Amino acid sequence: MRGTIRLATIIYAILIYGFIFLPVVTLVLFSFQATSFPIPPFTGPSLRWYETVLADSRLTSALGNSLIVAVISSALATLLGFLSAWGFARFYIPASAVLRGLITLPLTVSYLIIGMGLLVLFNAIGIPKSLLSAGIGHVVINLPLCFAILYSQMGEHQANIERAARDLGAREWQVLTLVTAPMLWPALFASFFLSMTFSWDEFVISFLLTRFETTLPVEIWNLLRSGLNPKTNAVGSLVFLVSIVFVLLFELTLFRKQRR
Amino acid sequence: MWTLAFFAAPFIAMAVVSLTSHDGGGGLTFANYQQFFANPSYTQALVNSLEVTLIVTVVSILLAYPFAWILAEQIPERWQRLALILAVLPFWTSYVVRSYSWLLVLAEKGVVNNTLVQLGLIAEPIQLANTRFTTVTGFVHFFVMLLTLTIFANLKQLSPSYRKAAADLGAGPVRTFLHVVLPLTFPGIMVGAFLTFVLAIGDYITPQILGGNNELLMPQLIMLQIGRRGDFPLASALSILLMAVVTVAYLASARWLKIERA
Repeated sequence: MRGTIRLATIIYAILIYGFIFLPVVTLVLFSFQATSFPIPPFTGPSLRWYETVLADSRLTSALGNSLIVAVISSALATLLGFLSAWGFARFYIPASAVLRGLITLPLTVSYLIIGMGLLVLFNAIGIPKSLLSAGIGHVVINLPLCFAILYSQMGEHQANIERAARDLGAREWQVLTLVTAPMLWPALFASFFLSMTFSWDEFVISFLLTRFETTLPVEIWNLLRSGLNPKTNAVGSLVFLVSIVFVLLFELTLFRKQRR
Repeated sequence: MWTLAFFAAPFIAMAVVSLTSHDGGGGLTFANYQQFFANPSYTQALVNSLEVTLIVTVVSILLAYPFAWILAEQIPERWQRLALILAVLPFWTSYVVRSYSWLLVLAEKGVVNNTLVQLGLIAEPIQLANTRFTTVTGFVHFFVMLLTLTIFANLKQLSPSYRKAAADLGAGPVRTFLHVVLPLTFPGIMVGAFLTFVLAIGDYITPQILGGNNELLMPQLIMLQIGRRGDFPLASALSILLMAVVTVAYLASARWLKIERA
């Protein structure tokens, strides 16, 4: 009886792992396909599709755009999240709970609807579609997240240290940059890398808010029109690799924080 | 306050636009909403969306719960972190890429069909791509990972003393699970289910790539209004309807969601 249950759980776990990894393994495997269709039988390994990708100027520039948008929008979201979290944690603000709720509200709304709303708004006030508007969209979706992470990390003992700094004659901006920010740096890095990951992957908002110059997910979307193609596999695998790097950085910063 | 500007303003703009009409005729009207309810193919999209989302939510929970339970209770402590990271690794592939991968797997000559034919289980490849089945598979794949995470966290938070108490009072493992563990993790399941519902019903990519245009879901309908017809008022009205559905779902599950916070 016990043995059967044990066996059943092992089989179940293997099946679920299989289900979870099936698409990823397929993706990566057939990115090394030597012929032009990413379907069995596997004919590789070959790096020709990676060469095609790196030679494609649209894709490489989209990659650059993606990185720029991700870095700048995440930095901005982290900074704004930090300032608003600090404001909420240190000062008395009327109806604080309601306002905090409002800040985190965008987390529950579909990206499509946020993108849609921004599109309508930008149309109305005449901001053209561009990487800038997509970047603003990414700040909108990542700010609540940064706020939530940073707000949860601001405790009373830090407030005491800040007070001590103020007593010793530090100005408000000195307190913020020399005391508060260094104390919170793991949380700051964590929000930054998490935002990077989301911005890097984000599609709908970029799709709606950019026109000619665009980000990588949108460019991949355009590639999909040509049907199944090992080139898409190769880009997809590269994107996956970069995401994994972001996640690892995120994990590492969080891990270090836990150890302290 | 910056968020308020960039988050609230789009909504107000959207609400206003949803009341204007596409042909530029002046005045505010509810015509876009009437148009939605008058057109069966539009209401069908909402019904499709709800059906797919509900199927996805239920299937994902049924698959994820036992998995999370195995990870939390059957695997030795020191391997748990690694097992969990592995279990959610594909979570970090980009949305678009993940959907594309499923297309590869389920394509007419893809891995699954190929394997089935080779095994002699089916004579001809079956049509898997561009059906509701594919959309659901793509969604379930994503949400199994998400729910595994939330349920796992939930199971780990349970104090072992509950289980000991149940055992001391003479409950066997099955009864302990049914009467103690399951009810205690129920709020967590509800939170996960709500998250699944919200994310799935608002997603455009998965149904568009995997489901194709055979069966429209709400987000696809919205994008269609923007992309092909440039009809912002109707698209705004549809978005607001979609948000209304999510709000209703939130209110309906708020009872359970609240328990979690307490």
